[in-house]
Amino acid sequence: MQVPSMAEMMMNGETPDILFWVGCAGSFDQRAQKITKAFATILNKVGLKYAILGKEEACTGDPARRAGNEFLFQMMAYNNIQILNGYGIKKIVTTCPHCFNILKNEYPELGGTYEVIHHTTLLQQLINEGKIKMKEGGTFKGKRITYHDSCYLGRANGVYEAPRAVLEALDVELVEMKRCRSKGLCCGAGGAQMFKEEEKGTTRINLERTNEALELSPNVIAAACPFCNTMVTDGVKNSEKENEVAVLDIAEMIAASME
Amino acid sequence: MHLIQEVAFIILAVVAIWLFSKKVKEIRRNILLGRDEAFNDHPDKRWRNLLLLAFGQKKMFRNPLVAVMHFVVYAGFIIINAEVLEIVLDGLLGKHRLFAEPLGGLYIFLINAFEVLAFGVLSACAIFLVRRNILKLRRFISKDLNGWPRSDANYILITEIVLMTLFLTMNAADTLLQQRGYSHYAEVNTGNFAISSFIQPLLSGLNSESLEAIERTCWWLHIAGIFAFLNYLPYSKHLHILLAFPNAYYARLEPEGKMKNMPEIQKEVLYAMQPELAPTGEAAAQEEHKKFGAKDVFDLSWRNLLDAYSCTECGRCSAACPANLTGKELSPRKIMMNTRDRLEEVGKNIDKNGQFVDDNKALLRDYITEEELRACTSCNACVEECPVSISPLEIILQMRRYLVMEESNAPQEWNSMFSNTENNFAPWKFAPDERDKWVDEMKG
Repeated sequence: MQVPSMAEMMMNGETPDILFWVGCAGSFDQRAQKITKAFATILNKVGLKYAILGKEEACTGDPARRAGNEFLFQMMAYNNIQILNGYGIKKIVTTCPHCFNILKNEYPELGGTYEVIHHTTLLQQLINEGKIKMKEGGTFKGKRITYHDSCYLGRANGVYEAPRAVLEALDVELVEMKRCRSKGLCCGAGGAQMFKEEEKGTTRINLERTNEALELSPNVIAAACPFCNTMVTDGVKNSEKENEVAVLDIAEMIAASME
Repeated sequence: MHLIQEVAFIILAVVAIWLFSKKVKEIRRNILLGRDEAFNDHPDKRWRNLLLLAFGQKKMFRNPLVAVMHFVVYAGFIIINAEVLEIVLDGLLGKHRLFAEPLGGLYIFLINAFEVLAFGVLSACAIFLVRRNILKLRRFISKDLNGWPRSDANYILITEIVLMTLFLTMNAADTLLQQRGYSHYAEVNTGNFAISSFIQPLLSGLNSESLEAIERTCWWLHIAGIFAFLNYLPYSKHLHILLAFPNAYYARLEPEGKMKNMPEIQKEVLYAMQPELAPTGEAAAQEEHKKFGAKDVFDLSWRNLLDAYSCTECGRCSAACPANLTGKELSPRKIMMNTRDRLEEVGKNIDKNGQFVDDNKALLRDYITEEELRACTSCNACVEECPVSISPLEIILQMRRYLVMEESNAPQEWNSMFSNTENNFAPWKFAPDERDKWVDEMKG
């Protein structure tokens, strides 16, 4: 399967309809790479004209900015915007809510204005347009699934329904945790916490959150963020439930259920 | 006798209002110690927020039962204060129930409605006292509130109960005196009222002189209580009943996820990338250095300082904070209380010295520790929960900026993340060339 890069497209005199911003987790983290591959597979199957930046992509600067290093953030943003504007990018889809938030909300002030959507929103659109067709008796049909809201998708940008609509399309039994949607509890990774030890406390945030999900005895905990995925996966392992409960990105669930 | 009461009333009113306006000016001055920031775009959306969030208390309804009780106390407080207008005019003019005659039936209806509301306020405040002191909800027993803040909350509830009881007792004595045709009370005949009629049996055994004394005492304590309450507000968390309105008007309209830009750093980076744009010689010397991020209240925006004064210490933020829930030191409510406390301290310093004299203290470390700042996941739960549009997160992030950019103070792991980002273009130490390795793996 081919994943076209912007440079290749440019050489062939083509312009993609949408740029797939992969993100650092999606590019390097072994677990998140599977999400990236699943999403790329979906894009290929539906025949969407897309491209990635490949080696030209660099960190958006989100963790640096949230940790307080504005210099570094501005440098990363400056370089990324040069590249994006150089290719004349208009529309971006990303599988990471942190990249989504920063590209959508924080790049415009620095001269990078694009239409940015999260992959769950794009998946919802593709389902509604009939471009994604599900297999009969799909893998997740009737399975008990709870969705963990990512802070940077939910509260930060008000995207609560798209991921749920996609899950509904899979004919699953969707069960909600008490802390869901705008009351959703963080997985513990945001604000650059992913890159340091947690401060001293009585328990870890990812355990608090995962236990809440496990109380519902789900077959799958669905996530829409590579960092949430890592945190909740660790939480499930901590409870030694990794053989009963899967932690999956919504894109992986769709990729596994498509015709 | 009437004249003495009139004069006493006028003196009381003038002193109370003078003291209050003096304090208001002080608070305004303190808020404006913060950095300038524009918050006047989209007036239509801002008025809408004022109506929905402040008048309508929209966010409170995330917990409907508590919201209804709070709404009764709030509506009761505002509406019953319409009755204060009559009380004030009666006090100024030496009249008794000035509006009874011109309003006629409507007056009777209004006073009955006030009485029902007063009873509602009284009951809700009693339930709130129980929630705070007997049921001991987590956000109320938190150590954030140890000492004065906890007493403050209880004083307010008790004061409201007392004020409402005075109002109802006054009406009970008054209506009894009317029916007995005693003195000037006979001039109006309002009949019995909905709630105070239940207090009448307790008073009906007393002679008319004692009843008059009770009526007058209740009247005086009620109005004096209101004036005292007005002057208590600026020292209390209860200031939110006034500042919730400007705070809703100046609510942040951007998506919660958007972090405030720093144009000064943007410029520096631009000069680094394109040195030909950098100012040279005199122009460069004129560019003043503004501290990066926030170490003290002066470095925050006036908007953050208004937030601090608007906070009613309800703790919904901390109850939703993932760090606080898991036993970390961070409590968004404490961030707001600390900011207000430090600002008050700075204000007193200015009052004493005419201008701020360095006291070798700052918001950072003397009030808010690095550990608290480092525990935040920037999840926006605190921002989402706040009923009066406060952002503790903005303060936390500004202080993190100070730590990293002015003090180069970051945990070792963050420093590694910074250098990876800078050198490898990813927060982890991976070879940039492997960024699209997954593409090759898909070709198989």
